[in-house]
Amino acid sequence: MVRLFGLGAGLVFVIALLWGAVQPREAVVPDPVKAIHLHPEQVKFSHDGAMGVFGTFDRAQLQRGYQVYKEVCSACHGLERVAFRNLQDIGFSAEEVRALARAKEVPSIDPRTGEPSTRPALPADRIPGPFINEVQARAANNNALPPDLSLIVKARHDGQNYVYSLLTGYDRPVPAGHDVPPGLNFNPYFHSVNIAMARPLQDDQITYADGTKATTDQMARDVTTFLRWAAEPELEKRRQIGVASVIFLTILSFLAFLTYRKVWANIPH
Amino acid sequence: MSFSWANQYQPQNPFMQWVDSRLPLPRLVYNAVGAGYPVPRNINYMYNFGVLAGVALMVQIITGIVLAMHFSAHIDTAFDSVEHIMRDVNSGWMLRYMHMNGASFFFIVVYFHIFRGLYYGSYKAPREVVWMLGVVIFLLMMATAFMGYVLPWGQMSFWGAQVITSLFSAIPLVGEAIRTWLVGGFAPDNATLTRFFSLHYVLPFVILGVVILKIWALHIPGSTNPTGVDVQGPQDTLPFHPYFTAKDFFTLCLYLLIFAAIVFFAPNFLGHPDNYIPANNLSTPALIVPEWYFWPFYAILRAFTVDFLFVPAKLWGVIAMFASILLLFFLPWLDSSRVKSTAYRPMYRIWFWVLVVDVIILAWVGGAPAAEPYVRISQLASAYYFAHFLILLPLLSMIEKPLPMPNSIAESVLAKVQKKGGNTAGLTAPVAPGAVAAPAE
Ligand code: HEC
Repeated sequence: MVRLFGLGAGLVFVIALLWGAVQPREAVVPDPVKAIHLHPEQVKFSHDGAMGVFGTFDRAQLQRGYQVYKEVCSACHGLERVAFRNLQDIGFSAEEVRALARAKEVPSIDPRTGEPSTRPALPADRIPGPFINEVQARAANNNALPPDLSLIVKARHDGQNYVYSLLTGYDRPVPAGHDVPPGLNFNPYFHSVNIAMARPLQDDQITYADGTKATTDQMARDVTTFLRWAAEPELEKRRQIGVASVIFLTILSFLAFLTYRKVWANIPH
Repeated sequence: MSFSWANQYQPQNPFMQWVDSRLPLPRLVYNAVGAGYPVPRNINYMYNFGVLAGVALMVQIITGIVLAMHFSAHIDTAFDSVEHIMRDVNSGWMLRYMHMNGASFFFIVVYFHIFRGLYYGSYKAPREVVWMLGVVIFLLMMATAFMGYVLPWGQMSFWGAQVITSLFSAIPLVGEAIRTWLVGGFAPDNATLTRFFSLHYVLPFVILGVVILKIWALHIPGSTNPTGVDVQGPQDTLPFHPYFTAKDFFTLCLYLLIFAAIVFFAPNFLGHPDNYIPANNLSTPALIVPEWYFWPFYAILRAFTVDFLFVPAKLWGVIAMFASILLLFFLPWLDSSRVKSTAYRPMYRIWFWVLVVDVIILAWVGGAPAAEPYVRISQLASAYYFAHFLILLPLLSMIEKPLPMPNSIAESVLAKVQKKGGNTAGLTAPVAPGAVAAPAE
């Protein structure tokens, strides 16, 4: 009974599927953007050592990256999942963090009048974004929304290479036949190849405190490294625990194997 | 329960005797996973995935309970609370990455476990109920995993929920009403998130309950074995402890090793980057895909592209997707071959491996965009999936001529060992209560 019913159901499913498979397909309209769009350039970052899974951040590079964020990107992008106190992890002293925080104003309530006001930020505050809400952000950016950068490296496919490629992917020759709408910029790494963000990094736009030459490439590397840290502040600890666990479990597996062999010695199976 | 020659629990320690006569819990453990449970001596490493699945379930429950202490089930705060776990909770990132990847690993071991069951005929009499309880667990796992993926309220969470719940609207007449009732509104919203959280918390315990039933049912006939021949006497078995506890511990260490490598070095490898973007009902992702472990079924869902027999294509897809899992319930009766082990089924052996490849192909096209050539491949692969279980398997059982099988497990082991010139102690019935059958405590 089950088999008969199954056979019937099976035949119906198979015929329905094969009937679908033999239907003619609509001609595919080639997507011109697909032909121009580029996958991220594969970049070697100093913190991705052997096999891309080991390695620690260069503290000086992280601080340079923060400088790029603060002096360039923060005009449009927030970093609202990172608190000032977290900056101690990238090598700023408690005093420096307090000073960095104090320089920013955050929303508050006037303790005398109860009116909305602002106060200097504390290390415990999250780094405030440049706009009070999405409407204001869009109004200032030609109706495009600059995303918060706290998670950007995890929120894009191949995120680290992508952010670097995006920042260095400007001012390439526009392919013949491709129109860049007014207000947008050609960048072959962006999904639609026309991005609302104008080229944010120019050579020597900022002056690094440690004397590193601020080329576009250098700044892009530094800020991408910083954003990697912002997205995965646990990265170094994670790798460290990872190495320890893998070593521990390898030894344990080996011992477990020996135990297994010992228990099963002379047991035919 | 189990075989007459199983070791009996005889506590030596007066305290254990005292406990045993009042609450025989130690006895239960001894009989379930101790020296009191005889296991076919010839089972291979493929039989280790059941224990691993049990461990995977416990990892999910334990990490999940702690995550729930820090998670906030509200659409305005869910995403932030997950980031709070990742950044501010001590070792929160580890818990969350373990839970996230633990789900994937649970499915990996369960898929191995299911295919092992298919290969060695573990669904056949007298283990039909064991198998069917397994299918129930699989369904519960899928529901739990789906709802868990919605909780962080990222882009894929939201749009995945949108796509999957809208499947119900394909049901004629009442579909839209059912969907609204399930989701708690016209689109996934706070009501959806809170009910998914509630169910996501409770279902793992339901799974645990079914696991206990399943082990209970399994322990009546015991495990199958690679020969497919039933256990006939003590010479065929070894006590679970210490033999299989030692073996399981070894594979558990290997499992944890691979798990740790993924959790600590590539925790987002199996995930989708879009889920790190907070949910936005105004911006549809370029490609909405479920988690990888749903891809074979997602492929079947999308494989129906034309209306057929007055039934719309979308409804076909939904029916077929559910049917592709529900048909497993009928497997014990679809396959009427008495031979359990595929090793002695020359024709089925070929089709078994075709099925394995077919499911891998389905997974591949299920994760791909709905464009050619993927759609046509998914149609052919889905057709084979149904043909395999519903047409081929019943036919094969009728026409196939099985290979000669050994008379007993001990005989097959004896032949194997003699070929290698090894020790054959304990293989001839009846066994002396010596090294092999001694209770090992
Ligand atoms: C003048 C304002 C402005 C500045 C300065 C700026 N951006 Fe942007 N950025 C934008 C806007 C607007 C978008 C949205 C683009 C779109 O959607 O087309 C954007 C988008 C992005 C994206 C996301 C692209 C995607 O895949 O969606 C990244 C990454 C990014 N910016 C990084 C940076 C970095 C790093 C800096 C600093 C070096 C920076 N931006 C400086 C305005 C700015």
